[in-house]
Amino acid sequence: MDIEQALEIVGQTHPGVVRTHNEDSVAYDASSGLVVLADGMGGHNAGEIASGITVSLITTEIKHDLESMRPEDRGEGGEDVGVMLLREKVQKANASIYNASQCQSQYSGMGTTVVAGLFYDNRLAVAHVGDSRMYRLRGEVFEAITRDHSLLQEQIDRGMLSQKEARLSKNKNLITRAVGVDPEVEIEIQVYAVQVGDIYLLCSDGLNDMVEDDEIGSTVQMLRANLQLMAKRLIEMANDNNGRDNVSVILIKINGEFAVPRGWLAKMLSWFKN
Amino acid sequence: MAAKLILSMDGVVMQEYVLDKEHMNIGRKPHNDIVIDNLAVSGEHAAIVTILNDSFLEDLDSTNGTLVNGAAIKKHFLQNNDLIEIGKYKLKYLNDQKNQSIAADFEKTMVFRASSRIASVSPVKADSYEMTGRLKYTEPPQSVPADKLPELRQTDAVIPSQPVFVTSAEKEFGSQQAMGVIQLLTGPNAGKELELMKNLTTVGKTGLQVVVFTRRPRGYFITYVEGASYPNLNGKPMDDQPCQLNEHDIIELAGIKMEFYLKS
Repeated sequence: MDIEQALEIVGQTHPGVVRTHNEDSVAYDASSGLVVLADGMGGHNAGEIASGITVSLITTEIKHDLESMRPEDRGEGGEDVGVMLLREKVQKANASIYNASQCQSQYSGMGTTVVAGLFYDNRLAVAHVGDSRMYRLRGEVFEAITRDHSLLQEQIDRGMLSQKEARLSKNKNLITRAVGVDPEVEIEIQVYAVQVGDIYLLCSDGLNDMVEDDEIGSTVQMLRANLQLMAKRLIEMANDNNGRDNVSVILIKINGEFAVPRGWLAKMLSWFKN
Repeated sequence: MAAKLILSMDGVVMQEYVLDKEHMNIGRKPHNDIVIDNLAVSGEHAAIVTILNDSFLEDLDSTNGTLVNGAAIKKHFLQNNDLIEIGKYKLKYLNDQKNQSIAADFEKTMVFRASSRIASVSPVKADSYEMTGRLKYTEPPQSVPADKLPELRQTDAVIPSQPVFVTSAEKEFGSQQAMGVIQLLTGPNAGKELELMKNLTTVGKTGLQVVVFTRRPRGYFITYVEGASYPNLNGKPMDDQPCQLNEHDIIELAGIKMEFYLKS
């Protein structure tokens, strides 16, 4: 199946009920299998600029590169080209935000989280920095497949806090990595096998800070037939709980396989195509 | 505002300690930060580690143990108004910073610069003290001047003009709001009732026609989820938009009529 038909994608973003402007940015493109969500930070409108640069740079450049490259190919060091592209583009976004903040004082200290997914060949490569998340619903199991780069997550990892205690912490919103605050950024990238029927959710912390994972999970499960409604309902739930922060979601449903043809004939044909 | 401990015995307040250090020791010996000179208290009895706005209490294998709210603890994540008991002495933990859910309005997401070093400490086994000793952050939330935080002013401007549901009110809304009920009027199960207790209830036949009832602070809403045709609400077909339900609304779904009403 063509990837554009295999993936059903919906994205929505909302400033929340308290804040007046939206520092989140989202973008997606089913034909290249790409989804990107970023949650910016910094005074004035610097947060919007940081998340905007990141999302547009990643989407434009990866779309462009995929015209001449195939994400499933092996690149240098045996890595998928798709993984390499994600890493390269996030690093590039980091450099451009960092440089902008060094040159212009009103942007100093701006930065952004990012979570980006690239679907190809029945696989999904996920790159993330900070506390924007990707969740997956597979069958009955709904779970986060990214781990926040945050103080709370580090405390949980060390056994200082349980997941339950973490909700009581007064140290929310402290992330240990961000795009654009240092000359280099450490990017976490994982590759997952994708199954037909999976639903993926990318969200900014405006959702998971306001709504418990269980409730997000049951909403995704109950409304799996209607992604548009699911996105709307998730944002409503954050806002009904006094959504203090911007809240953004991207939802992806896998409606079919999108494996790359592997037979000798298919290979030859695609070789001629290039 | 930093958290503090109030030391008392038999209801008499003896001393107040501000938790302004990352690591504070409680014990009988004079080198402790909080000295309780009593033989029931071990030389080094317990420690409090404070990381920004959170504090953790740890019993240092004391002879007579440490209680929090009546239960013996080894390690405990302190919450506002927790009562620590060491021998006959009581220490009340006060952290009057508003709960994070409200305070977070004013605390923008921030980045720890020392992250790479923290991350290099091997997880789980790492000593928590070692970690806190290394923590550095760019700007502590309390010290950000108001003029550097435009969101602070905007938030102030927004709150009065817009009614905002406070977390506690939201928690109570379950008990205060009248419960919505759907009663089936036709079909084999006519007469049966379905209480809409959860925030989300889907009704219908998958693939044929499904709606979702959502319970929100402003009341109940019905929204079409899937199916080839839209269900009827009061005789008229619905569309993709949610509709607020009024008492005695009639819904026709997959050939079955049902009525919505509120139970107080």
